[in-house]
Amino acid sequence: MIRVDNVSQTFIGRRGAAVEALRNINLQVAEGEFVAAVGRSGCGKSTLLRLIAGLIAPTSGQVSIAGVPVHKPLREVGMMFQSPALLPWRSVLDNVLLPVEIFGWHRANHRQHAHELLDMVGLKDFGKKLPHELSGGMQQRVALCRALIARPRVLLMDEPFSALDALTRAELAVELQRIHMELRATIVFVTHSVQEAVLLADRVAVMTARPGRVREIVSVDIPRPRSFGLNAHMDEVAICTARLHDLLLSNETEPESIPIGRHWAA
Amino acid sequence: MSTVQGRIRPPRVARTWSRTAAIGLPVLSLLVVIALWWAATIVFGIRTFFLPAPPDIVKSFLTLPNYLMEQAWVTLAETLMGFGLATVGGMLVAVLLSASTVVQRATMPLLVAVNSIPKLALAPLLLLWLGFGQFPRVVMVVLISFFPIVVAGMAGLTSTPAEFNELARSLSASKWQHFVKFRFPWAIPQIFVGLKVAVSLALVGAVVAEFQGTGQGLGYVIVASGTSADTPLAFAAISLLGAVSIALFYLVVAVERRLLPWAKETTG
Repeated sequence: MIRVDNVSQTFIGRRGAAVEALRNINLQVAEGEFVAAVGRSGCGKSTLLRLIAGLIAPTSGQVSIAGVPVHKPLREVGMMFQSPALLPWRSVLDNVLLPVEIFGWHRANHRQHAHELLDMVGLKDFGKKLPHELSGGMQQRVALCRALIARPRVLLMDEPFSALDALTRAELAVELQRIHMELRATIVFVTHSVQEAVLLADRVAVMTARPGRVREIVSVDIPRPRSFGLNAHMDEVAICTARLHDLLLSNETEPESIPIGRHWAA
Repeated sequence: MSTVQGRIRPPRVARTWSRTAAIGLPVLSLLVVIALWWAATIVFGIRTFFLPAPPDIVKSFLTLPNYLMEQAWVTLAETLMGFGLATVGGMLVAVLLSASTVVQRATMPLLVAVNSIPKLALAPLLLLWLGFGQFPRVVMVVLISFFPIVVAGMAGLTSTPAEFNELARSLSASKWQHFVKFRFPWAIPQIFVGLKVAVSLALVGAVVAEFQGTGQGLGYVIVASGTSADTPLAFAAISLLGAVSIALFYLVVAVERRLLPWAKETTG
């Protein structure tokens, strides 16, 4: 569904110095797959997402979605940002319908769908409220509905829960898993939370910084639905989490610090 | 999943009380000030010529009510015309100037500089250039209220949060859609900040223009009553001006509240 082929991205920073944000990124995401990109701040994971979204063009290499090279934002791609970015003067329902208006479609044809989406995220009776009347978690739920209103085949999420408190964050992650299982959209999810990645992703791309590269892609073969609470797969979750932590925190030049093959046989 | 609770509104009684207090308390303090003023004129035996007591002012108003109301209307009409023109023109200029970053960078400092020139100093020149009558006075109102609106409009139109711009780009919104659905609505609260400054200035502009001995308006009444040493009449005119000014300001505030129920919560 998504192909990132040999993509590099170099920005011209202040004083004209070139900053290499991404180097030779290769990533394939299958239809319906959930891929998380984890890494420290500054590893270029948001840049990678913006490249896939068509918001910026790669310095070299190519991004394609469903076989079509991406040169500009596509309608079949929904986006969610770190902040909900709800327009404060629009009601919740009108915010959800914003993409419909921008695409020049008829609101009437999509109002029912908007109500269904709000119902799905537990905001059934909040359509007429203004964003400031909602809590942060509720606002981010509305942003998710807005990203889904055009029935996108691909959903790109840039640290969508990172501005929320820990409990709301966990709650929304579990909810996103349910929605992904229900809608089967292809999702690329950028986060710096290992727990979130292990809960949500089929595969996790671990990224390193300066320049941003994919260090390793780790498969998370834990049956769904997964949960943060007591469950039958606590060992797998713990091992997978530990492995991701090792990959994220260790230095790449010291391979002995990564316990490949000892606990982790995937 | 469980349904989520919205924020709880305060109970009706509390809201009614806070609304009553919001209007009642300022009125009460106004009455107290008037009472103190009145008491001071009596206790210190201040002569009417120097500082008239409130009843003298009311009496003065009641001797010429029609004349004073007519002059107030003249002043109000100039103010509204000039303010209206300044609003329309100021917004157009703000939209044009904020369309490109280059133009904006080239003009914004100039605008701020021009804004700080005391336009009132031009009043005698306007008389020279444009003659007597309503026209030069409306021009003065436009001059004085135009720049705050332009500056506020530009500030609003160029301060769209980055996340909204990103959202607009991710939806491939056209330039027009970006303006209509994101930038302009976002700018409205800041435009109202400019409008509130401008509406008070507009009245000042009208009065100063009338000071030029044009024979009409409350500004003229004040100058004329000064030369004839009719202090109560001057105070009656000033009180009327105050009433007009307060009414105009709260008219703008009322429109703002009506249009922007969201702004109070998000911009404070």
